[in-house]
Amino acid sequence: MTNKQMTSSETEQTDDQQPNPTPGTDSLADRGTDIGVETSSRDDPATVTDRTIIESRDLDVYYGDDQALNGISMEIPEQQVTALIGPSGCGKSTFLRSINRMNDLIDIARVDGELFFREKNVYDDDVDPVALRRRIGMVFQSPNPFPKSIYDNVAYGLRVQGQDDNLDEKVHTALERAALLDEVEDQLDSSGLDLSGGQQQRLCIARAIAPDPEVILMDEPASALDPVATSKIEDLIEDLAEEYTVIIVTHNMQQAARISDKTAVFLTGGNLVEFDDTTKIFENPESDRVEDYITGKFG
Amino acid sequence: MAADTQEASVDSGFGQISRTKDVAFRLLALAATLIGIVSLAALLLNVAVDAVGWLDWSFLTNPPHPNPNNAGFLPAIVGSIAIMIMIALVTFPLGVGAAIYLEEYASDGYLTRFIQLNIANLAGVPSVVYGLLGLGLFVGLFNIGYGSVLAAAFTVALLILPIVIISAQEAIRSVPDSQRQASYGMGATKWQTIRNVVLPRAMPGIMTGTILALGRAIGETAPLIMIAAPTTVFGVPNSLLSKVSAMPLQIYNWASYPQTEFQYGVVAAGVVTLLVILLTINSVAIIIRNRYQQRT
Ligand SMILES: Nc1ncnc2c1ncn2[C@@H]1O[C@H](COP(=O)(O)OP(=O)(O)OP(=O)(O)O)[C@@H](O)[C@H]1O
Ligand SMILES: [Mg+2]
Repeated sequence: MTNKQMTSSETEQTDDQQPNPTPGTDSLADRGTDIGVETSSRDDPATVTDRTIIESRDLDVYYGDDQALNGISMEIPEQQVTALIGPSGCGKSTFLRSINRMNDLIDIARVDGELFFREKNVYDDDVDPVALRRRIGMVFQSPNPFPKSIYDNVAYGLRVQGQDDNLDEKVHTALERAALLDEVEDQLDSSGLDLSGGQQQRLCIARAIAPDPEVILMDEPASALDPVATSKIEDLIEDLAEEYTVIIVTHNMQQAARISDKTAVFLTGGNLVEFDDTTKIFENPESDRVEDYITGKFG
Repeated sequence: MAADTQEASVDSGFGQISRTKDVAFRLLALAATLIGIVSLAALLLNVAVDAVGWLDWSFLTNPPHPNPNNAGFLPAIVGSIAIMIMIALVTFPLGVGAAIYLEEYASDGYLTRFIQLNIANLAGVPSVVYGLLGLGLFVGLFNIGYGSVLAAAFTVALLILPIVIISAQEAIRSVPDSQRQASYGMGATKWQTIRNVVLPRAMPGIMTGTILALGRAIGETAPLIMIAAPTTVFGVPNSLLSKVSAMPLQIYNWASYPQTEFQYGVVAAGVVTLLVILLTINSVAIIIRNRYQQRT
């Protein structure tokens, strides 16, 4: 199995990786090695830095003429879990998508302002969104595994990114980290679509972490799941935060309170109303509107 | 009084609504279906009965002959199959390429909409017009030769290309966006996404559409006449530039013979052969589609 897969992905790599025509790819990749020394703290989970990894400054996002985000400025710390909460339609997903430039895929979306990832504005002309997304993984609201085998699902990112040495080992590690390995170990060749919803979502998480990104964006990853599957995913997120920066959108206040270190509250009109330590937000928020929202008085 | 009528109308709300129109429409629809099926069945039966005694192994393996008892279909069968293979080789890459461009690359501007509209229009242009185009373009301008395999294949390929493009577009469009997002989210390039996610999922639909379009191509006669393909050839084509006849052309040719043995027996044998090949092609398309549906 793996032999065939290896060779097929090798050809793919020569197809797709070699030319590397976009200058942006190089520049962002170079930055990756530039800051490699500083990021070595990732190897030591005990170190929780308060360093900012993502910072937005006056970020506006428009869909056509409608403004979905209004002057968002926030600093997201490295290796912590940041939760984005707020009522439906307030722009949480939009903000998440603007971090890894998934908004580029929406024709009518337009972004103003700046968003820095490791001090580099990702909307600069020399940034290749493809290279950016290789460093910022994403898990979507509803599980979207490919109609491929479990193995090929997890290996997908590794293959498209040309990291296909030790593929077996990396796939196993990713499945293990995503707390899925035990359940699927002897059926890696069966289709990812044959798994339950909760397993599929963990498969998508495994797929996202396999290429070892620096940040993981999660858009309501547990919204379609039952409480047991949800708590598995929550445990998993806490584990992930030891190595990765996790930014998670959730509608579930308890979930945000349980798993996040920082919480950002968006309210209608695409405004960021409050952003602070999670304990502060839930125990003693500055804004009355945030308090009302958290205690369920509206939204 | 008022209360009485109200009660009555409530009563009729449970079970007394007239169903006459319902029943009438049902019968009408049934009749329409039956007329179609019965006349088709009668036609097929008629042809099949006529073909008895004529459709045999020597008919399938011999060249045409002035004597109806020795008449054979082989050069036309081989000609049709050769033309089909060339058409598939031409339309598949062109059709899929155009569909990928229109669905995945082209932005939704005036130009795209204009192209889209014209593809839809081209799918409806009568085949004789394509024949004229083929005559001017491939035979005249490119000088590929009157009635050659290539000229015939290119001409009919143009004819079915719009159908292949449209069905490939539909197959590509039916790939859920969440799949593309998953791929882009993993840092895949556009081409990697198309190749690894979009095309594998769209391929059964693309294949079905292409095969059904080929089924249409195999029955085309007018464009072949326009590019001056001979209605009868006595030898199997041995190169892409040799003159070629096709099954419907040969049948047409036999139908114009004075002898009744040709007009009924031999023609019927040819028609049955053509239909069997056509149905085989279509069943392959259906099998592909069913296997795909089971997997998703
Ligand atoms: N692809 C799109 N095209 C046009 N408008 C969009 C698009 N996506 C989002 N919007 C609009 O942008 C606003 C913010 O949407 P967004 O999806 O970011 O909200 P959200 O906070 O994630 O909501 P939810 O909690 O329901 O997921 C909404 O008014 C929505 O209608
Ligand atoms: Mg959302």
